[in-house]
Amino acid sequence: MSTIEISGLHKSFGNLEVLRGIDLAVEPGEVVCVIGPSGSGKSTLLRCVNLLEEPTSGSIRVAGTEVTDPDCDIDAVRRGIGMVFQQFNLFGHLTVRENVTIAQRRVLKRSRAEAGRIADKNLERVGLAEKAGAYPAQLSGGQQQRVAIARALAMDPQLMLFDEPTSALDPELVGEVLAVMRGLAAEGMTMLVVTHEMAFAREVASRVVFMDGGVVVEQGPPEEVFGAPREERTRVFLHRVLEPTRVSEDEIGARPAE
Amino acid sequence: MKLSPRRRRLIARVAGYVVFAAVILAVAGAADWDRLSEAFFRLDIAGDMFPEAITVALRNTVTYTLLAFVFGLTLGLILALMRLSSILPYRWFATAYIELFRGLPSLLVLFMVGYGVPLAFPDREIPGGVYGSVAVGLGLTAAAYMAETIRAGIQAVPKGQLEAARTLGMSHSRAMISIILPQAFRIVIPPLTNEIILLTKDTSLVYVLGVTSTTIELTKFAGDTLNTRVNPTPLVVAGLLYLVITLPLSQLVRGLERRAGRER
Repeated sequence: MSTIEISGLHKSFGNLEVLRGIDLAVEPGEVVCVIGPSGSGKSTLLRCVNLLEEPTSGSIRVAGTEVTDPDCDIDAVRRGIGMVFQQFNLFGHLTVRENVTIAQRRVLKRSRAEAGRIADKNLERVGLAEKAGAYPAQLSGGQQQRVAIARALAMDPQLMLFDEPTSALDPELVGEVLAVMRGLAAEGMTMLVVTHEMAFAREVASRVVFMDGGVVVEQGPPEEVFGAPREERTRVFLHRVLEPTRVSEDEIGARPAE
Repeated sequence: MKLSPRRRRLIARVAGYVVFAAVILAVAGAADWDRLSEAFFRLDIAGDMFPEAITVALRNTVTYTLLAFVFGLTLGLILALMRLSSILPYRWFATAYIELFRGLPSLLVLFMVGYGVPLAFPDREIPGGVYGSVAVGLGLTAAAYMAETIRAGIQAVPKGQLEAARTLGMSHSRAMISIILPQAFRIVIPPLTNEIILLTKDTSLVYVLGVTSTTIELTKFAGDTLNTRVNPTPLVVAGLLYLVITLPLSQLVRGLERRAGRER
């Protein structure tokens, strides 16, 4: 059974059709990286998986449960899906440790001691055991994002969603977050990652999905998508992202003054 | 001779101080200090007001304030949540309530609760006697203001906080209680403290309910003493006692705002 099974997914915001028929499956243990230009619908796709956005039509199954079914207990499904946001979204009024324990205690009803033990284990996992007593505002962006990952992991998810997890970080902090994500992938976590980090996608992804204009343009193993893209749109995108200094004025239609 | 810009600035600055000092001196010189102190600073009259000024009047002022604040805060929180509810009639009701009670004078509402309701329902009474009437009468108005403050506080919590909480499997209400409201309250503590200050002053309206010697508050107490002693010194005493409550509160607000500014 696929961990995620998306078929015929459409999503509109008012008159704007952001997703225009997406079919995508993610198998257990797979790391799928979604790449594509801004506005291509990558984040919306990710947010539909745990129903942060309500699909306009189509169906999404997560581990066999149809989340688009009106009778689905979405809170129960979300417990099994960890999510990491671009803006970290740590709870500012709670310490790092409380950030990692609160949902365990309130949602999974774990005892204080057990939740604390699991929190410590996961904070250690992301290398932040010594920051357990700090407040989010006292941490760097990279540290905050690692806490956010620990917070999600503490719920024992069977699937992790990453929504541009390094896009809000200073360049020198990107590496520490990617390191944790690479470790998770190596441990066999099923991951769906929306990212602009092409190097990460190339190295870690089992499959790369290129989206543009609300559809999946092409997908395949990273060496194929990056090495020999079949579609022109993919080639243009990769050229602009991977070789930004080689983009010529000609191809963007700029005309130097006479 | 042309002045340098630096000299011009200096002269303008000195002139500012000189004008201020001159006005102060002129007013002080024109004032009749004997009559002023005879009218407003009679220590014997002031002394006679104690200890009742504190043990009864100040205490009641504080009690009325706190009762009205607790009632208003509870109702205000409910209204704020209704205002943000996805259920349209709740939003309508909350909006109508807030518009209504922000538009009415506190005194009118207090009259309505103190006299209107008892006249309409002679066989029922508001529990707590005058204390209950004050809590409701001032709290109803305060709730309208606090509802708007709390709503703004809730909306000031970034949307991602709710998403993160929901993503962890929390229900909407659980996320509200554990994640959103604690942060919203941190944001609204300074404006809510201001609301306490306003309420403290509004308790001076309570006299219209016909308070007795045990339920009397500062303003009425001062007014009564003024009548018996035919001297306005009690007003000064009452004024100072109000400041004993309100100045530390506004100091607190300033401190909290500074702290909030640092945490951001």
